[in-house]
Amino acid sequence: MAVRKPPITTREYWAPGHAACAGCGCATALKLATKAFSEAMEEKYGDPNAFAIAQATGCMEVVSAVFPYTAWKAPWVHVAFENAAAAASGVEAAWKKLGRKGKILAIGGDGGTADIGMQALSGMLERRHNVVYLMYDNEAYMNTGIQRSSSTPYGAWTTTSPPGKYSIGEDKPKKWVALIAAAHQIPYAATASIGNAFDFVRKMKKAAKVDGPAFVQVHCTCPTGWKSPLEKGVEIARLAIETGVWPLFEIENGDFFHIKIQPPGGGAKVKREGGKVVAIEFKKPIEEYLKLQGRFKHLFKRPEAIDEMREQIKAMWKVLGVDVTLPKPGE
Amino acid sequence: MPIRTVMKANEAAAWAAKLAKPKVIAAFPITPSTLVPEKISEFVANGELDAEFIKVESEHSAISACVGASAAGVRTFTATASQGLALMHEVLFIAAGMRLPIVVAVGNRSLSAPINIWNDWQDSISQRDTGWMQFYAENNQEALDLILIAFKVAEDERVLLPAMIGFDAFILTHTVEPVEIPDQEVVDEFLGEYTPKHAYLDPAKPITQGTLAFPAHYMEARYTVWEANENAKKVIDEVFEEFEKRFGRKYSKVEEYRTDDAEIVLVTMGSLAGTVKEYVDHLREKGVKVGAAKLTVYRPFPAEEVRELAKKAKVIALLEKNVTFSIGGALFQDFSRALVNQKEKPILIDFILGLGGRDVTFGNLDEVVGIAQKAIAGEEFEEVNWIGLRKEIL
Repeated sequence: MAVRKPPITTREYWAPGHAACAGCGCATALKLATKAFSEAMEEKYGDPNAFAIAQATGCMEVVSAVFPYTAWKAPWVHVAFENAAAAASGVEAAWKKLGRKGKILAIGGDGGTADIGMQALSGMLERRHNVVYLMYDNEAYMNTGIQRSSSTPYGAWTTTSPPGKYSIGEDKPKKWVALIAAAHQIPYAATASIGNAFDFVRKMKKAAKVDGPAFVQVHCTCPTGWKSPLEKGVEIARLAIETGVWPLFEIENGDFFHIKIQPPGGGAKVKREGGKVVAIEFKKPIEEYLKLQGRFKHLFKRPEAIDEMREQIKAMWKVLGVDVTLPKPGE
Repeated sequence: MPIRTVMKANEAAAWAAKLAKPKVIAAFPITPSTLVPEKISEFVANGELDAEFIKVESEHSAISACVGASAAGVRTFTATASQGLALMHEVLFIAAGMRLPIVVAVGNRSLSAPINIWNDWQDSISQRDTGWMQFYAENNQEALDLILIAFKVAEDERVLLPAMIGFDAFILTHTVEPVEIPDQEVVDEFLGEYTPKHAYLDPAKPITQGTLAFPAHYMEARYTVWEANENAKKVIDEVFEEFEKRFGRKYSKVEEYRTDDAEIVLVTMGSLAGTVKEYVDHLREKGVKVGAAKLTVYRPFPAEEVRELAKKAKVIALLEKNVTFSIGGALFQDFSRALVNQKEKPILIDFILGLGGRDVTFGNLDEVVGIAQKAIAGEEFEEVNWIGLRKEIL
């Protein structure tokens, strides 16, 4: 009987035994990302191990490298919170001088990327280092105990955006770092999600293979911070895609006029013109995504906030050149 | 043959970097250090230095990129000053804790506020607890030599600590002086290739660097930085000796000048040492028993040498271009620590002067010696004295 080839390499770089929370979506993302990276390096350089990792302080750093243990089977360095991109620049420059083939993977959470690490990220991208920056986006400072970041979505509860008499929770729209990265006219910038593993792996491989900098922003569920069921991480992430909350897009060389959109699924109707996605009619209301997460629970008593969220999602898709319709429950 | 020429300390630092052949340099412009990366850019552009020069967007990223490159196992260098060094502060601790022998040239400049681009030592003195070694140059030749020496000490396996070399803003950074550029071959023999056994990012031998340490391990990790600083004291002496053999110029951690029968010893660092030695000659002609001493090495603190020096004087006057508010200068604190348990010790008097580029004149030094003489005569004196203040505008 034939043995079916696994859809992705069985090599592991993110080893079992790390201390991430049960159900951690970011751990899944890192496992897939490093596997994808390895495949890309094998295909490009003939060496599956031709990469090193520079990682920012954050959840995935503290759970993976607790002396005297490590979960990393790849060369790995952590310096501080805001400088993964700068440290990766240095590693890349050193590799160049050492004549070493391969690519550097920088990893940071949304706080370490969208906020405190934004300057170092911009510098690294602008200088065209041969680095892939992976932003694992769990939409708040989870490592310090769920404080809002600029990547926290509108309406979400966090410990620093609590809903109350004068608050609906987080009151600013989410900052989309992938768009900012793309504006550096780098070869490749994309969003991805653990809710679509095949798409994520494909994008990580593409990012790893381009010459020069690339940026991937991957949506990862955080059961601890999102107050969501441990076993529903992938389902929730997939609902974010299917309801229009999380767009899957790719921008090459900063070409905002030819953004590639991954069809969201979930019954959404996609309209194309000349091969380009111009409109999406979503069929699942965002409430289906929101209701599985305690961080949005309070919004169900504030329907106007959910409507405002819909408006913001439409505006974000507009930036991507796509007109979307978002149904209300029962529509 | 070594080349005898004239240049600014900034150029001397760039030449030292060129001679040391770092593989990665990451730098950000800041007055008064900007000429260092400018000159290095020229060396790289002309193919005279085979290095990656990363033109980072901040000093924080400059030192972070150096940490990344050093963790990947190559020799690294950067230059900065003042606010730039302050911006690096967080990562300086990390570089020392990760035992990465990065070398940084510092054009010693004041810290804001008020913003001021001129010389004092507050920038590097404020980094004294980071675990970095600190050297201070009196002139441009020392700036060049001490950078080479710093690489050699930093990369020694008994040490493995980063090092900064301070040279005074404008007084040295922008002043042309005679400098001898050593032979490349001799420098190559002196420094050798840097091939670390502890820091590399090699896919064939993956290691994890920069881990989290719980209370069960953190303190031991910090202790190794203490130990490395202790080891550095001996290694620095060895390297000074080897440097003298190869290049003919003698260095010591504490350089004494006419101290043998001195009642008052004026202790300082950097270019001020030149002024003070000149002043000592001037007073000696008048028969005043005064000597001088210069700390070439400030971290690790040369406590033993300081104790030897202290045996010679009735008063040690510390002339320092830095201040810890409500305490005094850093040298005053460090000398106090070195001498506190000595049975016999001189009187220590602290003098804060020359901040933000204020000239230090013979008149200022007359005031210093006047206070020291009063102390010898048993009169009351202030422990910490601000010298050269313009009282009329206070």
